[in-house]
Amino acid sequence: MTKSAPIELQFDDDGPLYVAQKKVYPQSVQGTFRRIKWGLMAVCLGVYYLLPFVRWNRGVGAPDQAVLVDLPNSRFYFFFIELWPQEVYYFTGLLIVAALTLFLMNSVGGRIWCGYLCPQTVWTDLFYAVERWVEGDRRERMRKDAARGTRKLQRFAEIVLKHSIWLMIAWWTGGAWVLYFNDAPTLVKQLVTFQAPMLAYIWIAILTATTYLLAGFMREQVCVYMCPWPRIQAALTDEWALNVTYKYDRGEKRTSLKKANELRASGVTAGDCIDCYQCVAVCPTGIDIRDGSQLGCIQCGLCIDACDTVMAKIGREPRLIGYDNDINIQRRQAGKPPIYRIVRPRTIVYTVLIAAVGAIMLYALMTRSLLDINVLHDRNPVAVKLSDGSIRNAYTVRLLNKRGFDRVIAIDIDGPVNATVHVVGADSVTPDRPMIVLGRDQTTELRLLVTAPGESNPQKSIPVRFRVTDIGLGEVASATDNFVSP
Amino acid sequence: MAEHHEIDQVTGTTTTGHQWDGIKELNTPLPRWWVITFYITIVWAVGYWIVYPSWPLLTTHTTGLFGYSTRADVAVELANLEKLRGDKMVKLGAAPLAEIERDPALLALARARGKTVFGDNCAPCHGSGGAGAKGYPNLNDDEWLWGGSLDQILQTIQFGVRSGHAKSHESAMLAFGKEGVLKKDQIVTVANHVRSLAGLPTGKGFNAAEGAKIFADNCASCHGDAGKGNQELGAPDLTDKIWLYGSDEATLIETVSNGRAGVMPAWVERLDPATLKALAVYVHSLGGGK
Repeated sequence: MTKSAPIELQFDDDGPLYVAQKKVYPQSVQGTFRRIKWGLMAVCLGVYYLLPFVRWNRGVGAPDQAVLVDLPNSRFYFFFIELWPQEVYYFTGLLIVAALTLFLMNSVGGRIWCGYLCPQTVWTDLFYAVERWVEGDRRERMRKDAARGTRKLQRFAEIVLKHSIWLMIAWWTGGAWVLYFNDAPTLVKQLVTFQAPMLAYIWIAILTATTYLLAGFMREQVCVYMCPWPRIQAALTDEWALNVTYKYDRGEKRTSLKKANELRASGVTAGDCIDCYQCVAVCPTGIDIRDGSQLGCIQCGLCIDACDTVMAKIGREPRLIGYDNDINIQRRQAGKPPIYRIVRPRTIVYTVLIAAVGAIMLYALMTRSLLDINVLHDRNPVAVKLSDGSIRNAYTVRLLNKRGFDRVIAIDIDGPVNATVHVVGADSVTPDRPMIVLGRDQTTELRLLVTAPGESNPQKSIPVRFRVTDIGLGEVASATDNFVSP
Repeated sequence: MAEHHEIDQVTGTTTTGHQWDGIKELNTPLPRWWVITFYITIVWAVGYWIVYPSWPLLTTHTTGLFGYSTRADVAVELANLEKLRGDKMVKLGAAPLAEIERDPALLALARARGKTVFGDNCAPCHGSGGAGAKGYPNLNDDEWLWGGSLDQILQTIQFGVRSGHAKSHESAMLAFGKEGVLKKDQIVTVANHVRSLAGLPTGKGFNAAEGAKIFADNCASCHGDAGKGNQELGAPDLTDKIWLYGSDEATLIETVSNGRAGVMPAWVERLDPATLKALAVYVHSLGGGK
């Protein structure tokens, strides 16, 4: 064995795998988009917290909560709609419409969802408002964090207050969630008197924890690292979509007000941007919009407000940052007027798809049967020969009455010749046509015996149709199976 | 091991001094977290021995601090189940048979309970769906040896057929051949007569008058003059389309020669009254009940 030189393994140094979080201290800002955000926050949170208390009369014996997920009884109530477990596919339609609406939003105004409507944004915004109210604005918070260890008592009190309010909001978030799964006023009473089911407390605890952590600590990290939507939307946007854009056509070169005036006086171009970093200071994800459209930008529009405020102060035209796209920047640079194409094939297709899926869902909902029947043929034995030579088949029949009242239905069968039908346990006054009472909003299981003479039904298997007719309303439902000879 | 201080140049770790065909074993220590986890599992195991039953002794085993046993868990769960059933089964036990079939809730309970009990106790002979087999009646059809009303079915389930129970259905068919009551040719004739009763074709040279006479003398006392059977005696109807053992000539000859005496156990001492009722309702609801 000869001694060889040690093998040197090659490693690419990509640097650390994780970047340490850079704390963001968003500054308060006033303006159009801030007002829109406050308004939407009020609407979103208002709907979320108050909807469980809205009542909707469905008659005696039925829950009167407008929106209720009744898990023990497997029902979902939404105002005038009541869904059974069999109809959960409606949610698929709802999800398709939701996805298409996101696509449409994206092709019109970029990440409207991210910036204004996403729960992560709304709750984080609310938590920032609390933080600002307790600890002060950006500079103050930065100073307090830097000066750790001084004025200990006051600082401690502030931190305790902030986290208490956060936890309270988080607790309400979890508390409102469980109200959608139970009668809200009853559950509130139970919660207050500590008599609610354990499950309710567990879910409140879980959602309190997630809200507190996601909105209080993880914040923009959720958008940047966890959420798939920023990645998806990058594939959905196009050159016409309006995104929050720094209009570099009138921004470069960035320099101070005084210098810009000097440069302009000497015939050199200078931009409107005075490099004041207000857009960066107000940004909740801590990015610089002037670097262009980027993953970290949730397009909340707060930098527009910040920039407009500065532009107004220095007497320059507003909307140096605004909803715009590259096409218009280039057109302006070329001296052409900007054009906006909100209505274009992409948005038309999305709108048509939303309308089509919505119409299909509405049609399916309006025409769905509120009386239904399922039939299961007995397998053992599949057929029985009776003493007079006739054949009997037994079926397990499940009838669904989705209406809120009891109803009488008649059972008929078509198929085997001279067949009679009998319901086990039912003494019907009309022997040839059994009548059954179906309880309101429930299923009824019956054992059905169909008997037919063997000689008039020589086939091995005959299709048989079970028809149930609502005697009062005339509603009909049917199901098919086979009538089999031994 | 102190003398092995050779350091492997590639990895920079020491070797153990073990060598196979020039391949040296590196002395790579286990990761600390692994060793700690290993020690924790040992400590955990000791705790487990103390808390749970673990060590087998000669005739018994250590029971652990809390005397936990999976058997006791099962007993508790079964007791809970009985408690859960309790009220409903009491109601079922108290209701008259006919009323159970008319009350949808009681019927559903009886059918569910009956189905389970049927599967556990009756299925070996009657089949899981009650379809029966040769010698074991089909409970789905409308022919009943001992009667198909709810009360009659319950009676049969409770006390059985030739079960040895004092209230059991008795009376067996005589072995006409074995006992020497009928001669071979007479048996063939009466077998063909029985086939003619059911409208089945008879063999060549069948003497109808002779057949009728043998039947009237020997069989009619139980099966009736017209062969319609008698449920008091468990004598089947010979004119219908249902045959427990078979309707071909050879089988009928065998039946007449050796007699038939199927047996069903009595269940009255094995199942509680409410369960027996549930079973009767279940069998009745299979379709053949009268």
